[in-house]
Amino acid sequence: MSPKTLRTWYLVHKWTSLVSTLFLLLLCLTGLPLIFHEEIEHTFDPHPELAPLDAASPRIDYDDVVARALAARPGEVVRFVFFEKDEPLGAVLSAPTLQPPPENGHIQPFDARTGEFFEPEPPPGGFMYLMLKLHTDLFLGLPGYLFLGFMGLLLVASLVSGVVVYAPFMTKLDFATVRRGRSTRLKWLDLHNLLGIATLVWVLVVGVTGVINTLALPILALWQGGQLAEMTAPYRDQPPLASPGSLHAALETAQRAAPDMRVSLVAFPGTQFSSQHHYAVFMRGATPLTERLLKPALVDAQTGELTDMREMPWYVRTLFLSQPLHFGDYGGLPLKLIWALLDVVAIVLLGSGLYLWLGRRKAPLERRLAELKGGGAALENAE
Amino acid sequence: MKRGAWMIFRWPLLLALLGGIGLVSALVGDGFFDLLAWLGLGVPLALIAVAWLRPTRRGAGR
Repeated sequence: MSPKTLRTWYLVHKWTSLVSTLFLLLLCLTGLPLIFHEEIEHTFDPHPELAPLDAASPRIDYDDVVARALAARPGEVVRFVFFEKDEPLGAVLSAPTLQPPPENGHIQPFDARTGEFFEPEPPPGGFMYLMLKLHTDLFLGLPGYLFLGFMGLLLVASLVSGVVVYAPFMTKLDFATVRRGRSTRLKWLDLHNLLGIATLVWVLVVGVTGVINTLALPILALWQGGQLAEMTAPYRDQPPLASPGSLHAALETAQRAAPDMRVSLVAFPGTQFSSQHHYAVFMRGATPLTERLLKPALVDAQTGELTDMREMPWYVRTLFLSQPLHFGDYGGLPLKLIWALLDVVAIVLLGSGLYLWLGRRKAPLERRLAELKGGGAALENAE
Repeated sequence: MKRGAWMIFRWPLLLALLGGIGLVSALVGDGFFDLLAWLGLGVPLALIAVAWLRPTRRGAGR
């Protein structure tokens, strides 16, 4: 590599890192509790006990569930009904309007076998909500998402340039060498290189999938204007429904259309995820992969008949796949623990990078470049 | 001794391969596939722990 090329890559590594480091540290720190959000929430807000069923237990009637949910919330409309993956638990989300604002709704969980309601969930707030907002949009909505997405892009550039400057550094060193017993700086230079190269793929994947997740709102808009509009084209000129028909019938229709899938979420007519005239019943498969790749069955909300059922387009499937790869919630608790440890390594990586820059920021560029060549040993000896 | 790109990047490449397999594996299935994911992503962590804690080998990098 010519000195000029190395110099360019070094400057790319320096500036992309410097601009993004503080925000990436924020993302790593807030991400740490979020890895375990399920476990934390279940500890502080345990799932309701499901009573054993007997012959006298009622069978769920979803229209009755909706009616009772609305009776408890005068003036509200139902946006979504959604279901837990591993337990027969569902929940009704209602709000004053079909579309945000307000962003959050009122959540009433129910037994998906009998339709019996449990204590409604408290409104969002508290520590985990703060972590989530700081991790996703900084309370700024779309601009916040896109800003953090841009920080993610800087991370990718920093990783790529980091690998490039890793090569000249390692020409005289064994892989995974950590030179202790010399200067602290040399030790941390070695550690920074080791941590970065050893966790490269994970940091890269979590970074890129994080960027894709920040695009969720634009991706949703693309789907609404594209596939969803296409599937519901015949309904375009019909007046909006005064009130939707049977949810129970819609669910039965969707289940018949995809017998080996389970219902994940029902979007009511007029909400973000459906048309004005349909229940959009999003179905999930049974494997870790297919349970993420939701498939919508559009059911005419008046007649209860199936209008259309298609695979989501590639950009939505990319978003769906990006979620587990970012969250680390697809391989049991051990994978979450590994995710957390890798996150801690990333924090040390960011911190050590900052430390290395602070120690040399007044040194001339030539001196800093010399440190990259041959692992900085020559420089140390000269001191 | 000056090392070529292969000598520098062969171990990082192996780690990247293991990590990649680990990331994809748990998506494909449960049980054995989860185990493969824990191993693939656990190896870099083990390596970091070993390199950080072991005493500096004599002659290494001097």
